[in-house]
Amino acid sequence: MRRPPRDTEESARRITRRSLLAGAGMLGFMAVLGGRMRHMQVDQADAFRLLAEENRINIRLLPPARGLIFDRSGTLIAGNAQNYRVVVVREDAGEIEETMARLRALVPISDENSERAMKEIMRRSPFVPVTVADQLDWADVSEVAVNAPALPGVTPEVGLTRHYPLGSDFAHIVGYVGPVSDYDLSKIEDPEPVLQIPGFQIGKVGLEAKLEDDLRGEAGTKRIEVNAGGRVMRELSRQDGIAGRDVQLTIDHRLQNFTQARLGAESAASVVMDVRTGDLLAMASAPSFDPNKFVRGISVADYAMLTENDHRPLANKTVQGLYPPGSTFKMVTALAAIEAGVVTAGETIYCPGYKELGQRRFHCWKRGGHGWTDLHNSLKGSCDVYYYELAERVGIEKISAMARKLGIGVRHDLPMSAVAEGIAPTKQYKRERHGQEWLVGDSLNASIGQGYVLASPLQLAVMAARLATGEGIKPRLVKSVNGVEQPVETDGPLGLGPTTLQQVRSGMYGVMNERGGTAYGSRIVADDMQLCGKTGTSQVRSVVVRNADVPWEERDHALFVCFAPADNPRIAVSVIVEHGGGGSAVAAPVARDIMLSALHDGGIPPLDAYPSSQRRQQEDLFSSLLIRRPGGATPPSEKA
Amino acid sequence: MSYLEYRVQSVPKGLGKVLYLNWALIVLLTAVASTGFLMLYSVAGGSFRPWAEPQMERFAMGMTAMFIVGMVPIFFWRNVAALAYAISIALLVGVELFGTTGMGATRWIDLGFVRLQPSELTKITLVMLLAAYYDWLDINKVSRPLWVLVPLVLVLIPTALVLKQPDLGTAILLVSGSGIVMFAAGVHWAYFAAVIASGVGLVTAVLQSRGTPWQLLKDYQYRRIDTFLDPDKDPLGAGYHITQSKIALGSGGWTGRGFMQGTQSRLNFLPEKHTDFIFTTLAEEFGFVGGLSLLALYALIIVFCISSAMQNKDRFSALLTIGIAATFFLYFAVNMSMVMGLAPVVGVPLPLVSYGGSAMLVLLAAFGLVQSAHVHRPRGRA
Repeated sequence: MRRPPRDTEESARRITRRSLLAGAGMLGFMAVLGGRMRHMQVDQADAFRLLAEENRINIRLLPPARGLIFDRSGTLIAGNAQNYRVVVVREDAGEIEETMARLRALVPISDENSERAMKEIMRRSPFVPVTVADQLDWADVSEVAVNAPALPGVTPEVGLTRHYPLGSDFAHIVGYVGPVSDYDLSKIEDPEPVLQIPGFQIGKVGLEAKLEDDLRGEAGTKRIEVNAGGRVMRELSRQDGIAGRDVQLTIDHRLQNFTQARLGAESAASVVMDVRTGDLLAMASAPSFDPNKFVRGISVADYAMLTENDHRPLANKTVQGLYPPGSTFKMVTALAAIEAGVVTAGETIYCPGYKELGQRRFHCWKRGGHGWTDLHNSLKGSCDVYYYELAERVGIEKISAMARKLGIGVRHDLPMSAVAEGIAPTKQYKRERHGQEWLVGDSLNASIGQGYVLASPLQLAVMAARLATGEGIKPRLVKSVNGVEQPVETDGPLGLGPTTLQQVRSGMYGVMNERGGTAYGSRIVADDMQLCGKTGTSQVRSVVVRNADVPWEERDHALFVCFAPADNPRIAVSVIVEHGGGGSAVAAPVARDIMLSALHDGGIPPLDAYPSSQRRQQEDLFSSLLIRRPGGATPPSEKA
Repeated sequence: MSYLEYRVQSVPKGLGKVLYLNWALIVLLTAVASTGFLMLYSVAGGSFRPWAEPQMERFAMGMTAMFIVGMVPIFFWRNVAALAYAISIALLVGVELFGTTGMGATRWIDLGFVRLQPSELTKITLVMLLAAYYDWLDINKVSRPLWVLVPLVLVLIPTALVLKQPDLGTAILLVSGSGIVMFAAGVHWAYFAAVIASGVGLVTAVLQSRGTPWQLLKDYQYRRIDTFLDPDKDPLGAGYHITQSKIALGSGGWTGRGFMQGTQSRLNFLPEKHTDFIFTTLAEEFGFVGGLSLLALYALIIVFCISSAMQNKDRFSALLTIGIAATFFLYFAVNMSMVMGLAPVVGVPLPLVSYGGSAMLVLLAAFGLVQSAHVHRPRGRA
């Protein structure tokens, strides 16, 4: 190609000019790129660095160990057991169906669970471990470990789960834990993230629920690095959680065990209280159940057995059960009347077997009547007419005020579910609740613990303790939290005249220890352990028929309250046997055995404390009881 | 003395030419390629496999090609420009055909010893042809409409073919690279102003027409535009690449997180970390300092090319050198804009750094042309 030199020069000049422009443009754009880079990497570096960290770092919660629960002597009641489970990682498992089939041959996995697990495995990323079997025992896990070569991708893991070594003895007091349900979450305003941990357990009922905040502890965290696919690459740091606070109860596990065993299969409840401190030494509600079943996830059949049972094993009768206290209420009426000055201990009132009020006749339980009766004999023989008279004189307001002073109709603040307030009725109460005016007949019924009066076994025990001491002692269930002793609380002296109290106690002494006393048959002969008590038989229906002739659910409740030793009270006991019949025949012997056990630190009562004629029979009874031997295996749980 | 005669006489002969090569350019290219090896080693988690080692082999092949191309007199390349262009068009058509018969990746053609991407080759052959065209054309006719239309057609044929693949990145590079050659050749300002104005007008029309009865694009295409403009709107979907890329780049800070310490690339948050998005790994691990250094190396390559072109009295050589420099510039400018979120995600590799054989070989061969132009430039009196 030939080109005139002039053109060549013109071409070169033009190219040079345009090249410079193009080059400047390119460099200019590179400056823009550099500026953009500087803006992102220097000015916005922190923001982007944060985003990068958010990308790669996941924070996982570590469940805290739940606080332990001990009895007053330091014996474990609720602990954390190793929970073995088996997880499967799909990408390591090879033929997943085959592996699952082999696994199921080794450990028990229900069809339902197996199906759920398979679905989960297929749904999640192949590297995510999925739990296929939970709550396994060591033997199952050993099987899996031994057969590991045949089970690729299957790993046994260990976690913590709640365990109640004393089984049914503490089912009602401690309650149980369970996995957090959607319902639980809906109740909580601002759920802690720890509750979202799969399988995390929270208290469902009883102490476990009421002291949840103390027992739960705080979750730890673990920072892990994940890649874009979510696979965990490594653990960056770990901060272990803070374990929940340990709780020590005032309950004596041996006495609790004895009490529970003594109540047996009856629908019954008993509360044992230290009268000086208010410490609850035993609170037994029978029949009981095994709380461990709930932790594991109770089967529908087992649950139905508990809910459909007419003895209501799930109810904690000690604080939730409300019963007409019957004649055990008579001390309240007596104190109200004497304190009001409408009667003296020495005054006698004639009992012909009934009291007429207008057109109505109020019967005494003893058809023939008690004749002339003073305070002492009215308690000893449980004369109803004497109290009808007192009620007429003193009026319901003073009786119910005295009831509340002694702990009936007052909600005792214990960390238990649904603690009942009971009823110490007043005129206002009836007006508001039933829309009717109070009648004198209502006062007469209330004076012997019938009618509107309702009390729980706990309240009856508190009443016995307050009668024994004259102090407004309050029940205490939690001895210490995290080693910090909880205060002994009292409402202070009841302000009852010491002689008045002494006169009532004397009547209660007579009930037990004098011939003709309603519970003379349940006396204790050992000098330093003599009982003061009061029987009660509260009517479930109005017509008087022999208890043996009516169906169980229509029979009378048998009640008994007592304290001992008579001269220097230490222990108060209340017992109620639902539909048990008479208080003296059914409740008093139970209360005596429990009292003797309590006076002997929860051991088997000494036979020489019983009248010699009863020793043989007691010996047979004790040997038949399902008592836990120290360090021994859990006895089979009571038949519900 | 004719122009041709004095040029041939003053040209160095035989192996002596090696001394006249643009050695500074060779050093710069090696430095850029080495940066690439380092990053490929890093994104493989500290391993020469699977990327760094093949890349080094290809670099050796490419350098060999560059020397061979550089030794051949520049007039030979001018004479074969039309043929080279025709071959690349044929290959593009061939890809189109093989692609439909199910060869797998539609951009590739297997020549037995190497799998070639004809679209890469076309970027260079188009520039060669345009340089030859303006060398042939009387410089006084350069801005006449008819003589502007001819190169336009030459550009649009391969552009249409790569758009059909579809390969938007290559299409942009073809059009822009050719535009710069035409600009350097002296085509009148008004043409460029008209093209840019109509381009702006078209974009405006496209955006304005959205939601109206005469909407110019399909709805999904508008959504892609949305994603580019605001990737945060769809961080896990279409905006994922650009969002993660910006995070990686930004988190590098001044000096970066250290060699092989980039979490974004090591944990696979970055897409295409060994190819189109390799710059983000560099920026993450070596920070602003590292990114700017690479940009400086690229700038020096451009400066050396343009200064070589300006010193060259041969019109073909000068235009070819500028065209190749422009193509090279467009590669990294588009790639960097893309990873920094300044441009939509179009598949353009970072030249000499991204893993990939075709681009590496073609670019080094193209720099062979630059060397040839440099070595065989007319010397002495004009």
